[in-house]
Parts: sequence; structure tokens; C-alpha cells
Amino acid sequence: MKHLLEVKNLETRFYMQDGVVKAVNNVSYTMDRGEILGVVGESGCGKSVHALSMMQLIPYPPGKITNGEVWLDGQDLLTLSEEEMQKVRGREIAMIFQDPMTSLNPVYTVGFQIMEALLLHNNMSRREARDRAGELLELVGIPGAKDRLDDYPHQFSGGMRQRAMIAMGLSCEPKLLIADEPTTALDVTIQAQIIDLVKKLQDELGMAIMWITHDLGVVAELAHTINVMYAGSIVETGKIHNIYKDTKHPYTIGLLGSLPRLDDAPGTELVSIPGLPPDLLALPEGCPFAARCVYRIDKCLAEKPPLVEINGKDHAVACWRWEEIAGMGSR
Amino acid sequence: MKADMKKLVEVRNLKKYFPGSESSFFHTGNDVKAVDDVSFDIYEQETLGLVGETGCGKTTVGRTMLHLYRPTAGSILFNGVDLITLGEKELRHQRRKMQMIFQDPYASLNPRMTVGSIIGSPLDVHTKQDRKTKQDRVQELLEMVGLNPDFVNRYPHEFSGGQRQRIGIARALALNPEFVVCDEPISSLDVSIQAQVVNLLEDLQKKLGLTYLFIAHDLSMVRHISDRIAVMYLGKVVELADRDEIFLNSLHPYTQALMSAVPVPDPDLADKKHRIILEGDIPNPADPPVGCNFNTRCPIAVDKCFKEEPVYRETADKHWIACHLVK
Repeated sequence: MKHLLEVKNLETRFYMQDGVVKAVNNVSYTMDRGEILGVVGESGCGKSVHALSMMQLIPYPPGKITNGEVWLDGQDLLTLSEEEMQKVRGREIAMIFQDPMTSLNPVYTVGFQIMEALLLHNNMSRREARDRAGELLELVGIPGAKDRLDDYPHQFSGGMRQRAMIAMGLSCEPKLLIADEPTTALDVTIQAQIIDLVKKLQDELGMAIMWITHDLGVVAELAHTINVMYAGSIVETGKIHNIYKDTKHPYTIGLLGSLPRLDDAPGTELVSIPGLPPDLLALPEGCPFAARCVYRIDKCLAEKPPLVEINGKDHAVACWRWEEIAGMGSR
Repeated sequence: MKADMKKLVEVRNLKKYFPGSESSFFHTGNDVKAVDDVSFDIYEQETLGLVGETGCGKTTVGRTMLHLYRPTAGSILFNGVDLITLGEKELRHQRRKMQMIFQDPYASLNPRMTVGSIIGSPLDVHTKQDRKTKQDRVQELLEMVGLNPDFVNRYPHEFSGGQRQRIGIARALALNPEFVVCDEPISSLDVSIQAQVVNLLEDLQKKLGLTYLFIAHDLSMVRHISDRIAVMYLGKVVELADRDEIFLNSLHPYTQALMSAVPVPDPDLADKKHRIILEGDIPNPADPPVGCNFNTRCPIAVDKCFKEEPVYRETADKHWIACHLVK
């Protein structure tokens, strides 16, 4: 079967006064129908920018997609005009953002905001759209959904607003839902509600989901595959078990090590990654992680390692020394 | 925790109400009961973790303990001295021994002051050191928190989030405090930097014999750093026990739900885990429910929970809880 989404050599740059920010560097991967992909990385690693690039939502200037192809169901999104793209956004790909308060418009009712996409994409009458909006709010678990269509966003709690955002995202039954840190602003018990809801909806509706987050815990419960990003590049990608149980890249090893585990003995020191992520204005020549890597050799500084497939597994890693490191039993 | 440890801080029936904001002109709005009758002890050189969700009052507890807010009622004993009875001068003297590390390293450092003057300002306020002594102390502090001592003349914007948090820590340590309130010191930092800061806090505690109140909403980090953990919900402590007791043998339904909601970075465990999903949201602290304040979301609430407020009591050895259903 053909992939739902195929991203090839995507490259995004921001042309700023003090230089060129290399935000996304040669990112390639595929997603299948019904797959949940977790995109993991720290702030500034390009995880959100790469998703915005796919949607052509990068402001120009200063941002520009300088290379690459994004194939969604046999169509290269990057070749589409703005009008054609507007038909894709919301209908084929929908996006949920981190902060539900700033991404909902405070002066329109929640119901109106959900109806908007339906009226635009689906040729519905206002009455049909309103009924559908009520159904959607019910689907995402808002009690007394039909009576709350005329509420304004400030009358909803944080968790309910995020549910309303999800309802908006699902309104046109997209093939791909991109969720950009959708639970970061929420409390853990509310986060658990949202994760549970998304899992249920995915089971029922079967769309593919891209879940962008910095939290390796959240995606462990949710995703089928993981892309780990660092300084604009994918450094490791693969099926979830390979990433967590057979970790290869020193950065991923470090990230997992810096999380306290529930089975740690008291007094265990956390494995921290020394140093800071590189400045995207002045990316080093070689491996972007080299400066912080304990396994660094001269080659790492000179040449950027490509993402190589590990034989016979759904697992790829961008590191010159992954085979040796795997033998060292780092954790 | 050893039995012979000395109590450094004793909080008794602490209350902090903020006047209701809506129509406060006519005093018709209810007071927001941010902290409502909270009692606990902190022993010397231990770390007490204080966890809870947004708006549960955990930060208010920390600030009220340092007298940044005047408590509405209750007492705070520090080394046996009741802070509430103290006059301004005596309070200032006590304050040297209690410091705070703030959540947001971007907002808590004055952008127009150099790192040297930021770290040195507690010394200006509380001591009469000459310039040279002060300079030496600032450099010593910078070194202690893992920053280059030559950075004294730089400004906060030249540093990353993790480094700024180190500056905040150095400032808090300038006066050799005994007790430090860490108010979500790592929640605005990236994962790989969080571990660096937590390791630093632990090192400093060992080296300097500090006592911490560690406020956070990230339970896995709290478990890592704390000796004992208190769980707050809507202005009240609902459970307090040793770290392992809380994680392995939590009794309060809220604690259980909170523990089960923590995402585990391990797909095998995540699959196996029994997850309790709470319904609904946290009630408004200006209008808390009658009876047990958790009754609107509690999966096991009975009639009594809607009528009577549960008493906060010690059920087992050093395990405190407020729930009707726990024997």
C-alpha cells in the first residue's frame, strides 16, 4: 500500500538579520494510514516548524521552504497554490495547537468556530453544520454538548477548550491530524483524559495522527512510531519498542536517561546531557549533537552522519558509531 | 527519614484567603480559599515534595511560608520561632535563613542588572561586606552552581534558561540559608537541562546541608528528589507520606489517580498500567463543594463525602490522609 504521507528532504530556512536559521534540515520520513507518529525533541529542534512547513504556514519572509517534497495521498503539497492549499488545510490535514486559549477566538462562540470549517469545506447548510457541531462536541466528551454551542471560549475550562479544538480538528474528517504539544498546557489528570480521548477517537475514526511533543512519556502511551529530532534533523526513527528498548542514538539515550524512572533506587543520579543545543544560526559542520556527545570522535565533527536503516528492523539512526555504542551497554 | 531528625519548619492550620475578585467593591464575591487549613512539618536536611495541579494552592503555601504573603490564619514555626508574631526587623533577620528559587528564570532576574549585582543583592541587603569580600563571594557562588566565575559582568539575556536558573540558585544561596523553597524550578526548562539542574540541587543539598520544599507538578521528578511527599488538592493537603509509601501504597483516591496519570517513558509499562481517568475539572476554589472537596471527581465517593469534611489525620505511621473511606 502506498504511504499516506511521504516527506522527502524537507528543508526550511529563516532569513534573519544576523544570518540564516537552519530550522529544518533534510527531513525525510513516511506515515501510513491510521498510524500515530510521535515527533519528539526539545524546544527549537524544528519539530513544530517542520509541521508548519508541511501545511505551508511558514510566514514568508523571513521563513522559506528551500527544498523538499511533501506527498499527501499522491499530491505534492509544496507545489500547490495558496487557494489549493486552503482546501487541504482543515479537510485533509487538520492541526491542533498547544495553547487552546490563544488558538480559539475569544469573540466568537465555540459552536460558530466549529461550524466555520464545516461551512467552508462541506457545503452544509447552517442548520446541518450546527447539528454536526453539536455531535462533534458530544464526540469529544463535553457534557451537555448541544447546550454549550453558544458558549464563548472563556466559559470553557482548559481541558474543555482543548476538547473543542479537537472537535474543530476532526470536523471535516481529515486524513491526518497534527497535534502540536496539545497537552503541554494541561494538568496531568486532564492530560490523561485527552490522551484517552484521542486514542478512542483514533480507534473509531481511523485517521493518522502526528503528535508533536517534548514529553517522551506521553508518546510512549500513544504512538506506534517515533521520530526523534535534534537541531532540525531526525536523529533516530523507528517503531516505538525499538526507540525505547533498543535505543541507538546517544541523544535519545541521554534524553531517556535524564527522565527519572519510577523504578530508580533512591539517590540515583540522573544521567544529564552536558551543554546546550547548538545555535541554529551557526550549525556545526558535522553531527549537530557532536558537541554534547560523550562518544564523539573526529569524524563526528567533520561530517554529518546520514540516517541509516538498521537491517531488518523498522529503525534508523543518524550516528557514525551506533554499532559500537550499542555494544557498550550504555544504560 | 530517621526518627531522631529535628523539625525545622512546622506549619499549623495555615490559611490564606484572597478576597474575591468579582464585585469585591460590594464584598459579595466569595474569598478564594487558596490555602485552607494546611498542617505539616519539614525536618532538617530533608526534601519535602509538594505536588498538585494548577490552582491547588501549592505555590501559595510556599510563598506564605516565607511570609511573602501574610497568612489569614495559622502559624509557621521556623526553628521554633513563630514567624507571624515577629516584627518587621526580626522577620528580616529570619528571612536570611529562608530563600526561594522561582519558576520562571526569565521573569525572576532583572534584565538590567549584571549577574554579579543580582547574586550580590542579598548580600547588600543583609550584610555590610566590603566590595572585595562581596566580589569573592559572588564568584565562589557562581563556581558552586557550575557557571564560569568570569561571567559576573554579563547580563541575564546572555544566558540560556538552564544557566539563568543556576543564577537564581546562586542568588538564593548567597546568604547561606537553611531552608529553600524551590517553586517549580525546572518546569520551564527542556528535558535534558532539567536533569542538570536537579542534579545540581541535590549536590548542593548534600554539600551545604540544605532543607528543601520542592514544589512541582511533575510527579516523576518529585519522586526522584523528595524524601517525603505532600499532595494538595483545592487548597488542602489530602495525603502526606514517605516517598515510597506515596508511590507504592497511596490511599487517597486523588493521589491514586494522579499517580496513574503520570506518563511513563516505557511502552511496556504504559500498556500494563491501570489508569484511573478522573472525570471533570477542578472546582473553582472560590466556590468549593460541600463536604470533601474532591467529591465532584471522586470515583468512590459515598453519601458521607457530600456532607462532612474528612479530617486530616495520621492513619499509619507517618502517613497522613484526609478521606472518609480510608480506615
